[in-house]
Amino acid sequence: MTPTVSKGRRDDGKPIVQEASTREERMAARVAAWRDRWDQQSKRDIDFTSTSSMDVAPIYTPLDLTDNDPLKDIGLPGEYPYTRGVYDSMYRTRLWTMRQFAGFATAEETNERYHFLLDHGQTGLSVAFDLPTLMGYDSDHPMSEGEVGVCGVAIDSLADMETLFRGIPLDQVSTSMTINGPAIIFLALYVAVAEEQGVPSDKLRGTLQTDILKEYIAQKEWLFPPEPHLKIIVDMMAWCADNAPKWHPISISGYHIREAGSTAVQELAFTLADGFTYVEEGIKAGLDVDRFAPRLSFFWNAHNDFFEEVAKYRAARRIWARHMKERYGAKEPRSLLMRFHTQTAGCSLTEQQPENNIVRTAIQAFAGVMGGTQSLHTNSMDETYALPTEKAVKIALRTQQVIAYESGVANVIDPLGGSYYVEALTDRMEAEAEKYFRQIENLGGVVAGIEEGFFQRELAGAASRYQEEIDARRRVIVGVNEFIEQDERLEIPILRIDPRYEREQCDRVRELRAKRDDAKYQAAMEKLRQAIRDEQNLMESVLDAVRSYATVGEIVELMRDEYGTWREPSIF
Amino acid sequence: MTEQKIRVLVGKPGLDGHDRGAKVVAAALRDAGMEVVYTGLHQTPERIVETALQEDVDVIALSILSGAHMTLLPRVLELMRETGMNDVLLTGGGIISQDDMQALSEMGVGQLFGPGTATGEIIEYIENWVNERGAKMATTS
Amino acid sequence: MASTSGTPEVAGLLERFDRGDRRALARALTWVENQQPGFEQLLHATHSGLGRAFRVGVTGPPGAGKSTLTEKYALLCRCRDQKVGVLAVDPSSPFTGGALLGDRIRMQDLTLDDGVFIRSMASRGRLGGLATTSLEAADLLEAFGFDVVIHETVGVGQTERDIVSAADTTVVVLVPESGDAVQTMKAGLMEIADVFVVNKADRPGAENLERALIATLGLKPREDRDWDPPIVRTVAVEGEGIDELATAIDAHSSHCRESGVLAAKQRARSADRVRDLVARRIDTHVWGRSGGEKLLEQALDRIYLGEATPYSVADEIVALVGLDSGSARLETEEEERA
Repeated sequence: MTPTVSKGRRDDGKPIVQEASTREERMAARVAAWRDRWDQQSKRDIDFTSTSSMDVAPIYTPLDLTDNDPLKDIGLPGEYPYTRGVYDSMYRTRLWTMRQFAGFATAEETNERYHFLLDHGQTGLSVAFDLPTLMGYDSDHPMSEGEVGVCGVAIDSLADMETLFRGIPLDQVSTSMTINGPAIIFLALYVAVAEEQGVPSDKLRGTLQTDILKEYIAQKEWLFPPEPHLKIIVDMMAWCADNAPKWHPISISGYHIREAGSTAVQELAFTLADGFTYVEEGIKAGLDVDRFAPRLSFFWNAHNDFFEEVAKYRAARRIWARHMKERYGAKEPRSLLMRFHTQTAGCSLTEQQPENNIVRTAIQAFAGVMGGTQSLHTNSMDETYALPTEKAVKIALRTQQVIAYESGVANVIDPLGGSYYVEALTDRMEAEAEKYFRQIENLGGVVAGIEEGFFQRELAGAASRYQEEIDARRRVIVGVNEFIEQDERLEIPILRIDPRYEREQCDRVRELRAKRDDAKYQAAMEKLRQAIRDEQNLMESVLDAVRSYATVGEIVELMRDEYGTWREPSIF
Repeated sequence: MTEQKIRVLVGKPGLDGHDRGAKVVAAALRDAGMEVVYTGLHQTPERIVETALQEDVDVIALSILSGAHMTLLPRVLELMRETGMNDVLLTGGGIISQDDMQALSEMGVGQLFGPGTATGEIIEYIENWVNERGAKMATTS
Repeated sequence: MASTSGTPEVAGLLERFDRGDRRALARALTWVENQQPGFEQLLHATHSGLGRAFRVGVTGPPGAGKSTLTEKYALLCRCRDQKVGVLAVDPSSPFTGGALLGDRIRMQDLTLDDGVFIRSMASRGRLGGLATTSLEAADLLEAFGFDVVIHETVGVGQTERDIVSAADTTVVVLVPESGDAVQTMKAGLMEIADVFVVNKADRPGAENLERALIATLGLKPREDRDWDPPIVRTVAVEGEGIDELATAIDAHSSHCRESGVLAAKQRARSADRVRDLVARRIDTHVWGRSGGEKLLEQALDRIYLGEATPYSVADEIVALVGLDSGSARLETEEEERA
């Protein structure tokens, strides 16, 4: 896109000189005159582009908003199209939830960390699982070797889940669980632990990530082909609508798409397209859109380019509201709200001079808050090395508290609303996302795009371009390609996961299999298999399976057996 | 007529699916004129070494972001030795602490690259290693 | 050229190759791919092991599912106790010479089977879907003891004659989405197929594609008039239709054996190989040893000044290196053209 200051010129490129009459024409003349002065200034020799390699004009003026109707496109918070925020009063009523993602080693250790975080003022829990759990392997499976408890907590069965939430009343916290392939099993596990605490499912608050489409696009943690996964997600949406009305069964995530190298526009467009796909699947399955749409939530990345990120959140709110209303016929206002969690960009952290990551994270978190996020996770400075240490986690949490209580940003709703730059960028991101939506539709939808490798190709292109810019030093990353410190020695402590946790966890799951009531387990598994073959809603059968202490790996294996597996097209 | 190409296996062992780095590096190595065999995700050490054998690669480059490198890399190295792959470089990248890099290097793993490494640095390292191996083989034979 | 005598290095490699050492096979393939000194000796020495394997070509447009189909077909061959070698070709970049070889991703169920050997090959400048040394590589796999050798390569309907000469049976894989493309492929992929596969046949458009194929096949007689290429529907990822594919390949294989087509093909392949080798030797002889390069360098000025033409210089060089009279050849070519 060409910088819009050129609007102040005639077609022949000469400044407009005649007497201007309307306000817009007077503005155009002023901008044109400024442009002439600007042309005479020397400029630094770098690319003036956003983090997403998008051209940025040197100045934005009212002329950039000529197509924008402030009443229709911007409006006020809590009203359609929600550009300025989903609630009327936003942070004056309630600050965002400070939710630090945590989990490591075993359920025992993670439970201790949760108590530590709750004691330090954190207001929600966020469970990070280890890779074997995310991929549906038990800790003693050969593929799990070396990975148990390393990236998060290892959960093999209801027994581990009971330990994980010991002493934490589930009707009083909201819990986010970052798991996708086996999400339905974890919904069942959470409900089963609550049952044991005497908490009914309609009191449960929290979110399961569940977003399998972005796994095919970006993070690659799928278990089955897309179709059965989508069927299971619809089962979860339907079950929650009836039984757990305060639970978010899915968090449609752009975070991982961005981490996989996308631009901000790609993150915006692909994530919303995923969201539309879930809505369409729900409608196709006969659900009323207003019954499940209010429980859909989103999860975005917060990268370094402050304004681009703020515009992204604002555009996302507006696009979601417009499509839900106009395309899917949602009537309930809550169905139109794009509520979201934000995490600062893990991929922006550098291994070099890790303390600088505190500053990056602060800027990114600030963008999330300016964008009106409902909850926020701030990364710890040492995450390019390993799981964060307690001290690093504390600094990350304190960063949020400084923003909330010291910066004054929480006093005013959508403080950047009306900024020429931010409004113009919001409009532009919406327009670019719409272009992608049309492209995806022409491909036959998101699933067809995945099968064809469209998203993978788009991401690979963006990731390579970004790396080339850094390699060629057209993009400066402090401490990486400029301001480098030679012979830098690492001076931050590293959290190590003792290999003994893996051995203990393997022993635990083997012991569980030997000790549980085998007849009950067999019956529950048979019931689940039958439910899959009969294409029933799987939630009740999965609940019975976890109650019988079937392990996550056993349930997934049975499902893999029925549904098959998936290999992605090879795209670079 | 003779046309020698550096052949590199780029793979992702273990369970993590973050293949952005592996793909960026694979594309950069290709652009530097190398032939890159890309194995895809979730490779076991056994698969990696068998693939390297069939493809007769000069270099095995593995990307591990899950933290399981202290299990996976030594296992790959052990299998390479069992198979007699003494003239193949094992290198890679990921979230690996300096202490772990040191320990792996002592076992015989080549240089490991962290996040934020310029692809040019990796290309140069591989080219130098292959040249030095060529020189060594010329003097011993 | 002493191409048939062995150096100690070649002898060592051959000894390990004959023992069935898979690393030796892998290294031999590298020598052949690199056309490294000694590679012809290797091929010469292993040539007696040829004549037993069946060679299948699998080609089709990108995204048609060739690798998955190859995997499933190979698994079926394994059930019949046949050993399978696969040569998967991807293009080299014409600018950097590098290549990304990603076909193995979709053949992972074969990786740890020691009755299977997969080699990814970059085309290294050869057009036509195969790599420069695909045929020689197939010979090595055959000599090593593989019963079936599969050439897998992208084909888009322009230059696939290559695969026909390399394979005994050529399988062209299409998907419902290729429906429109079938029209433009008439001249290319259509003529070379001994067996058609409509893969992803559970998708809409499969029937249309099949109808389009039948219609196109009726248009033009094939070289082998006694064989009507069957159309097999598959869903390779699910393993559906693979038995039928194997039946079709077997039927074509018997047909070729019985009708003498196979023998003719093998003779043609030998003839091509000898021609290639002779051309290569002459090339080396003319430009390398006999000073052709030097003479050419000197002649360029004369061409520039109008004292000679490229044609007269060619005659001079050929005469100098002691081959047959160049002018005679020029005339013959002109006659042929006329």
